[in-house]
Amino acid sequence: MSNLAVRIIDLSVFHNRQPTLEDITLNIQAGSFVGVLGPNGAGKSTLLKVILGLIRPDKGEVYVFGEPPLRLRRNKHLIGYLPQRPLNNPHFPVTVLDVVLMGRYGLLGLGRRPSRRDKEIALNLLKQVGMASRAHRAIGDLSGGEQQRVFIARALSVEPKLLILDEPTISLDACAQDELYDLIRGLQEQMELTVIMVSHDIGAISEHVGDIVCLNRRIYLHQAPPIGRLGLEKTFGCSVEYLFHGQIPHRVVRIHDE
Amino acid sequence: MSEWLSPGFMQNALVGGLLVSFVCGLLSVFIVLRRMAFVGAGVAHSAFGGVALGFLLQVDPFWTGLFFSILVAFLIEGVQSRGRIEEDTAIGIFFAAAMALGVLFLHFSRTYNVDIFGVLFGNILAIGPTQLLQVGAVAVIVLAFILFFFKELVFISFDEEMAWVCGTPVKALRYLLLAVLALVIIVSIYLVGIVLVSALLVIPAAVARNLTHHIRSMILVSTGVAVGATLAGLELSYIIDLPSGATIVILLSLLFFGATLWGRRR
Repeated sequence: MSNLAVRIIDLSVFHNRQPTLEDITLNIQAGSFVGVLGPNGAGKSTLLKVILGLIRPDKGEVYVFGEPPLRLRRNKHLIGYLPQRPLNNPHFPVTVLDVVLMGRYGLLGLGRRPSRRDKEIALNLLKQVGMASRAHRAIGDLSGGEQQRVFIARALSVEPKLLILDEPTISLDACAQDELYDLIRGLQEQMELTVIMVSHDIGAISEHVGDIVCLNRRIYLHQAPPIGRLGLEKTFGCSVEYLFHGQIPHRVVRIHDE
Repeated sequence: MSEWLSPGFMQNALVGGLLVSFVCGLLSVFIVLRRMAFVGAGVAHSAFGGVALGFLLQVDPFWTGLFFSILVAFLIEGVQSRGRIEEDTAIGIFFAAAMALGVLFLHFSRTYNVDIFGVLFGNILAIGPTQLLQVGAVAVIVLAFILFFFKELVFISFDEEMAWVCGTPVKALRYLLLAVLALVIIVSIYLVGIVLVSALLVIPAAVARNLTHHIRSMILVSTGVAVGATLAGLELSYIIDLPSGATIVILLSLLFFGATLWGRRR
């Protein structure tokens, strides 16, 4: 149990009395790179937000490194998070370095300014994601792919053990997508992170991640390597062409019968 | 210049106007970045209910106005955070209700010698030592609040959800910011009145936004714009005998148009 990054037991979440997630039980090993696949509206983002503590489950239990998400946050053991749309206001007047430093604010606590060390950490992370030369540019001046790299650097600036990425490549072209996946993979190995990445891009995800969790509101977990066409088709509710991109170990999760 | 500085009431007006415009310029940046312009207008209007209650109970309207506007601000926040009603709907409901209460309070107080026009459109010349003390205290509180929570305020303005994930106490800060907003609004009423407060809360940062690219320079320009327009407006209204609150707001609006044109030309 100690080597479990995420442990979800019998989780259900309702929205307007409709289940968004139902009866989910899921274990994610520490150090693994997990892709969460599923169609639009499958509850992928909801699952991530439950793990982050942003949404409280209506039923069931969630543990991240053995602690409930809210206690984890209170103890300043923070989770690195890249939200789906990290830049709500593209003209917000802050620099790239400011954005990465924001990740340090919670660790710093109230009433304290970022120190030289915080700035060094932030600059170092920018270097790792290849954005050091952009540190003093306004965040809105960067391209979509560059912004994603900056927001990944911010996610890492909380010194997380778990990194959660919600559709990190959604607005990028194919080339930038591949580069970003490679970057994430590299960071994961180097920093010994557990990574949970949501996507609906089956082809890309199956090339880059270790394990796959297929989600469509309700999931029945069973280990079934390699991935079966049937399993994916059931998840997506339509025929899926991409499947056989190599032998990936996975956990297939089946659609709930209406 | 030295001539119009001489009468005591004008000195009070200048010091009061300077302090009020200073805090408005500071807070304005967060009002604009957090898109709280309508919250500001709503809370300002609901202060009318409190001010009228002060007239009815014959206590200093500062306290009743403050109580009312904090109450309404918290109600708006509470209702909106439950997620059933949109924020702008909540504002529309509460500020109309608070103003209607104000009209009733005035009706029952049956005092016709209170300066309703001054409450609505500002009367900085009526500022006395008590009011000056209130303005000074509010300025200290607001400055301390913004200095202490500066980085958190920037973060929750940038992305609240992310700020929460990174360990920032978002909910507490939202309520604190509303309470500070109510404080600023109450003292701004002395300068420009309930109806015109939102100009002082919104325009300085809107001007600064057109001219700057970083939040620190934005705060400097915003504060400068608020203070400059206020002092110039007070002087102008004294020299050619105009209502001072309205003069300040017109100057601010002109500055905004100028800054927009300038920003576009660059």
